[in-house]
Amino acid sequence: MTSASDAPEQGFRLSQLIYDTRYRSLTIQVVTFILVMAGVAWLVDNTIQNLNQLGKDFNFGFLSNRAGYDIGQQLIPYTNDNTHARAMLVGLLNTLWVSVLGCAAATVLGIIIGVLRLSHNWLVARLMTSYVEMFRNIPVLLWILVCIALLSEVTPSPNAYKINPETGESAVSMLLFDSVAVTNRYTAIPAIEFTNSLGTIDTAFAPISLNFLLIAVVLIVSIWGNRRLKAHAHKVQNETGVRPVTWWKSLLILFGPLLVVLVALGFHLVSPTLKGFNFTGGNNVSNAFVALWLGLTLYTAAFIAEIVRAGILAISKGQSEAAYALGLRPNRTMKLVILPQALRVIIPPLISQYLNLTKNSSLAIAVGYMDLRGTLGGVTLNQTGRELEAILLMMLIYLAISLTISGLMNVYNKSVKLKER
Amino acid sequence: MKKSVLLGTLAVAAVSAGVAAAGTLDDVKARGELNCGVNTGLVGFAAPDANGNWSGFDVAVCKAVAAAVLGDPSKVKYVPTTGQTRFTALASGEVDMLSRNSTWTFSRDTDLKLDFVGVNYYDGQGFMVRKDLGVTSAKELDGASVCIQTGTTTELNLADFFKANNMTYQPITIDSNAEGEQQYLAGACDAYTTDISGLAATRASYADPENHIILPEVISKEPLGPAVRHGDSQWGDVVRWTLNALIAAEEYGVTSANVDELAKGTENPEINRLLGVEGELGKMTGLDNDWAVRAIKASGNYGEIFAATIGEATPIALARGLNAQWTQGGLLYAPPFR
Repeated sequence: MTSASDAPEQGFRLSQLIYDTRYRSLTIQVVTFILVMAGVAWLVDNTIQNLNQLGKDFNFGFLSNRAGYDIGQQLIPYTNDNTHARAMLVGLLNTLWVSVLGCAAATVLGIIIGVLRLSHNWLVARLMTSYVEMFRNIPVLLWILVCIALLSEVTPSPNAYKINPETGESAVSMLLFDSVAVTNRYTAIPAIEFTNSLGTIDTAFAPISLNFLLIAVVLIVSIWGNRRLKAHAHKVQNETGVRPVTWWKSLLILFGPLLVVLVALGFHLVSPTLKGFNFTGGNNVSNAFVALWLGLTLYTAAFIAEIVRAGILAISKGQSEAAYALGLRPNRTMKLVILPQALRVIIPPLISQYLNLTKNSSLAIAVGYMDLRGTLGGVTLNQTGRELEAILLMMLIYLAISLTISGLMNVYNKSVKLKER
Repeated sequence: MKKSVLLGTLAVAAVSAGVAAAGTLDDVKARGELNCGVNTGLVGFAAPDANGNWSGFDVAVCKAVAAAVLGDPSKVKYVPTTGQTRFTALASGEVDMLSRNSTWTFSRDTDLKLDFVGVNYYDGQGFMVRKDLGVTSAKELDGASVCIQTGTTTELNLADFFKANNMTYQPITIDSNAEGEQQYLAGACDAYTTDISGLAATRASYADPENHIILPEVISKEPLGPAVRHGDSQWGDVVRWTLNALIAAEEYGVTSANVDELAKGTENPEINRLLGVEGELGKMTGLDNDWAVRAIKASGNYGEIFAATIGEATPIALARGLNAQWTQGGLLYAPPFR
């Protein structure tokens, strides 16, 4: 304000709101805000008025009513006697399940393809280029439909595994020592069982298996122990210049306790068997799930590959040359010099790919996978006729999921950010 | 995308406010066209032919209403709706009436704010399976994969049936009848379940109908009928009495062939009142006195429509059964026209 020439000593005039640069931006903001709020108010008022006219009220009471329908894939126990809220939860978990597995697989696949695309091998690089161009330029819905069509048209029906009494053989035989059966409905895989099971704790949400809890605890302790070992080796190396041999100790710490626990619990696999119409005894992974997961993974991996490639290319060649000059080997260079810097470029766009994948999982409706859209936004909405409530609730949930993913990834992004001193 | 759905919903709701306030009958007259919600494609009930002309049992009701109200059975805009979209389409005013094999239930009539104006087909839910499966009763379907249209009453009946019989099943949800046919034929499900009329219609469209059987169990009551929005009684009356006129016409022997002749006057006062020779019945609903004549001429009386679209002479080959006139041992019973 000191640089401005002295304004004539006059009182405040209304025209200043438009012509005076000190107030203009404020005026514009206030007017825009009022217009936006008026728009929102109009929409809300209109909705209330129309709901009244249709004689419909706005409440979420339907969530506590009996759902009455069944869901194919359930991660937590659910029967048709449970409430719509429970059905919604089952759908939500299905959404999260396919999203998490999709993100993980897409990341692995994307990194491999992104790195291979930079390969000096002409054929490999071109193959990866065509993969990326093909998958990211065709809508993901079509990839999902291609996957489901392949799975249901190419694979045999469960009947084909039936043993013909005359020949004593079935038309198709199971894979991997009779433990896996691929059918046009699902892939039957072995289930995990424990002879000396510790039982489960029943909670309102879901029963927690003590066996898996124990295994998880043992794994965490093992990993922590391994870290301590590595840290100790590091310390010794810094003090004496000689790094103690750690590989067999590492292996022992990581897998020894786990093996002991598994043997003690009587861990074994139960192969699925054909009984009546379908396979029972094992776990049936539905084709709808596989198709959705595969479609989302293949599609998103193409984008992640490009992000990884961009991240690596963003690091100037001088960095690796300097690392080589210091005597670092290529893999140490990648691990210590290139990747830490590349990650800073990679992670922000990676967040949005994870968000995209999660939101795209609502395409599950195309293959009949009962995700949040299929339960709350599909059957529940239809059976109760609560369109507005169901859609609003669904929007809120997707928003919450997206913000959570974004928040978590931002925390990780901060941890790999350039530490400025 | 989610946001646009909400805005779309609100926008549709905003449009519908105008419609509901004006009265559907006046609105249809002013528009000169009836928006009729039908199935996306179910042979015999509602399906477009190669030229895009709709025909079928449910379509005939739309035609009759259009003829009664607008004087021309062809002035109908058919809006294909899925099990998921049909009630929203009606509530939002996108369609004036639904004639789409929809089951009349308590909660739909009350909570969903619909008015079912009558029953044009008494149906029940059944199962279709491949003959080579060797199943002869629905009670043998324990552990089977069952294809089921989402958003329908059949979904709930199915759950109840398996539960009551202490059996398990794997639900395979599908969105439309076409998708169900494809999944069933691909073998993704052992059984396909929907209303028996729908199963018969679906089977008729297969290349090898003889290899599929409909199991004898009928696991539910499915009274299918046209529906209108709740709160517009005048329009509800028009659709209700048009349907009743078709049913009564069969009872009194009024057909599309002889309706012109009978409309000149007969000995039977009931027919005279129906056809507008006596009394002012048409005026009471806001139409003219010839409304029933036009409705019957559109595609014939109930019996003619049945025979032409889904009857025993058609590939769908449904018997009249419960859908015979009350005088023939069926359930069809039109209230008196007086």
